[in-house]
Amino acid sequence: MNLTLIVLLMLAAGYFIGKRSEKRHYQSIIVREKELSGLPAIASRMPPEDAMYQQHLVQGNIVVASDYFKSFLGELIKLFGGPVVPYEALLDRGRREALLRMKAAALEQQAQFVFNVKFETTTIGEGWLRSVEVLAYGTALSPKGSVNNATLV
Amino acid sequence: MLLTNLEFLPDTKIIKHIGLVQGSSVRSKHVGRDIMSSFKNILGGELTAYTELLQDSREEAVSRMQAQAEAIGANAILNIRFSTSSIAAGAAEIYVYGSAVEIEIT
Repeated sequence: MNLTLIVLLMLAAGYFIGKRSEKRHYQSIIVREKELSGLPAIASRMPPEDAMYQQHLVQGNIVVASDYFKSFLGELIKLFGGPVVPYEALLDRGRREALLRMKAAALEQQAQFVFNVKFETTTIGEGWLRSVEVLAYGTALSPKGSVNNATLV
Repeated sequence: MLLTNLEFLPDTKIIKHIGLVQGSSVRSKHVGRDIMSSFKNILGGELTAYTELLQDSREEAVSRMQAQAEAIGANAILNIRFSTSSIAAGAAEIYVYGSAVEIEIT
């Protein structure tokens, strides 16, 4: 009896607080995506041929956890198969946040582009403690002279 | 040391290809923070402690790779790749590798 109550409480907490924090996170993602839209992240491996740029490795990462309600729903959907929408949102949030953090790091180097962007996703916890780490990394190209040449030593 | 995940440097001549260099690091959290994180897991959202842990771990792996490259006389690492695998719940291995080269510094 008590156990059922605790589980229900955890589900409710996960549902309401998780939903609110997801909404807030998405709002902040959308705002920052607009702010950083001037700095394109490009998946191409070929940098511009001219010698005007300096290169820096930049990265951004986040560990994002699923809430109790989502995990419950996820396990339930797994019984029947099909698209597991709660996890899709989780991964989408993680990827977009990681990309934004990478762009923020590139901006610190006064970069104009980030080339050869790669994503890396790893499951950290399993079952009820499901969380994923997303890493985004790439090479920031900053105009020569805008940052010191110390990286070339 | 120049670190990049591109395969070439448009304006720079590569004098010598030296070979593959790598660095790895396995880390886990201490139990207290682990328990805090599992509470956070009920509510969802970012696990800041883990984000930092993996970031630190990644920096360590990169510095190990860099040390290896310096030891064999390279001054740049091209085509860097990261890879992560979770070994146990709460512990992850970060592996980073790239191709060590000697470039002409102008």
